[in-house]
Amino acid sequence: MSMLHASQAADAPISTGGTPPTASLMRWVAAATLPGIMTMTAFFGLGVLSNIVLAAAFAFVLESTVLYLRKRPILPALNDSSALVTGVLLGASLPPASPWWLIGVGMVAAVVIAKQLYGGLGQNPFNPAMVGYALLLVSFPAHMTLWAPPQPLVGESLWAQIMGSLPSEQIDALSGATPLDAFKQKADELSATRFWANDPLPAGTLEAWRMISLAWLAGGALLLARRIISWHIPAALLGSLALLAMLFHLADANQFASPTFHLLTGATLFGAFFIATDPVSAATSRRGKLLYGAGIGTLIIVIRNLGGYPDAVAFGVLLMNLCVPLIDLYTVPRPEGHARGAMR
Amino acid sequence: MSQWPTLARQGLWSNNPALVQLLGLCPLLAVSTTVVNSLGLALATLFVMIGSSTAVSLVRHQVPGAVRLPAFVMIIAAFVTCAELLMAAYAYALYQLLGIFIPLIVTNCAILGRADAFASRQPVGLAALDGLMVGLGFGIVLVILGGARELLGHGTLFSNMELLLGPIANGWQLTLAQDYQFLFFVLPPGAFFVAGMLIALKNVIDQRRTRHSARPAATIARTERRVRVTGVIK
Repeated sequence: MSMLHASQAADAPISTGGTPPTASLMRWVAAATLPGIMTMTAFFGLGVLSNIVLAAAFAFVLESTVLYLRKRPILPALNDSSALVTGVLLGASLPPASPWWLIGVGMVAAVVIAKQLYGGLGQNPFNPAMVGYALLLVSFPAHMTLWAPPQPLVGESLWAQIMGSLPSEQIDALSGATPLDAFKQKADELSATRFWANDPLPAGTLEAWRMISLAWLAGGALLLARRIISWHIPAALLGSLALLAMLFHLADANQFASPTFHLLTGATLFGAFFIATDPVSAATSRRGKLLYGAGIGTLIIVIRNLGGYPDAVAFGVLLMNLCVPLIDLYTVPRPEGHARGAMR
Repeated sequence: MSQWPTLARQGLWSNNPALVQLLGLCPLLAVSTTVVNSLGLALATLFVMIGSSTAVSLVRHQVPGAVRLPAFVMIIAAFVTCAELLMAAYAYALYQLLGIFIPLIVTNCAILGRADAFASRQPVGLAALDGLMVGLGFGIVLVILGGARELLGHGTLFSNMELLLGPIANGWQLTLAQDYQFLFFVLPPGAFFVAGMLIALKNVIDQRRTRHSARPAATIARTERRVRVTGVIK
């Protein structure tokens, strides 16, 4: 057995007895989101859980419906839990207590269009959850930037918000900016130190985001320890993001936030471990994964610092998904014993 | 004149410029945000299509092969200028709304394609009919696309029709959903999506028809080089 096969076997998901490998892999991914989701719930209230439950329910219903229409076996596909993971990931990306129709539209885009119309699990060129997220961000910018300040939201208010029946003045009162959003909208002449000294965010917002990011990191560490993902994509993504953020920060510290700010706020760590590592839409070989991750990290910083959107994990991942066929073409691993360049 | 039904079927359905050849996508996707925009551009394109096909067919023996494309583009540009001036005179608001996309009809490859592939080698009557049918095929898809995007993007239908049709069209607007906006369908990605769905719908209908009809589909006389992107090459 060549080195290539040995390394692939090490990367392959561990099969646990009767369950098919995909299902066990997807369940581990779902389990690894728990620390992040629980921390988010602790800071942002039950709206986080309602998002995820609704998104997962939509995922199951939509997946079964499309499989029925495509005359494919329904149970095996539902059993692999990939729809559940898509639902959980999209639900965790949306602002807490998003209205049901917003989640529904996002899940239709994710499961029906991005996944099943391309041929189902394994055939989708784009990360389904991020297709749903990007479509919602482009279509409903007002709802997608509605991050309430960290405060538990319970009872009737939560219900009204999910049903979409909350009057808009009340929604405005509830909404707050994410740290990335607030820093992006800072006046140019205001220096960064003065900006943070003014307490631009509701109390505890920055700390909440940092804790949530660290919780995602813990989940990612679990995935790494179980060898469900390899270190290449997250390391390349975070490394390129930190390096580029550092360069921007050194060039103009007032305009561009520090690398730690970029690493610990927004969806950076969530994206690095849970979104970019999607085995279907990411690059395949190790060198390819490094390139793919570095591309996403670069795009995130470029769009965050120079573009029109405060966060850019979804766009970075989707744009690099687009490059994956090219990356895979040029990073075919050299089989043991073959001369350099003999593969082309 | 036995070719007439064949020409009509090809232009409107089996060789539709928008759904099968995928030509003229730029105006198709950029302008089809509302019914009135689509209808305005569809009429202008239809006018240019008939005019240029007829004119190209009339001069087909005089134009040497080496310079035929520049000559055809000049003819098309002349008709586009007519269409632009007419629109500026009679539907000025719509003329402003469509902006650059009226002069850009010159570069609509569906028109040049028909001029080169069909009109330059057929008698005038057939060429004019082909222009009419292909123009209609393009226009109908454009209007359906505009309607679908207006409905899904804004929740209305036939808004601002008075820009094209004058005061009789006041109040034609159907509002199917209040306070509704789905930006995806207003922006270009939505156009790609809806156009893709229309192509899929056409292919499904074709499949159903071949499955239900016992006899094989009649072979179409190969009188011209046909350009196909979607569908099955027969």
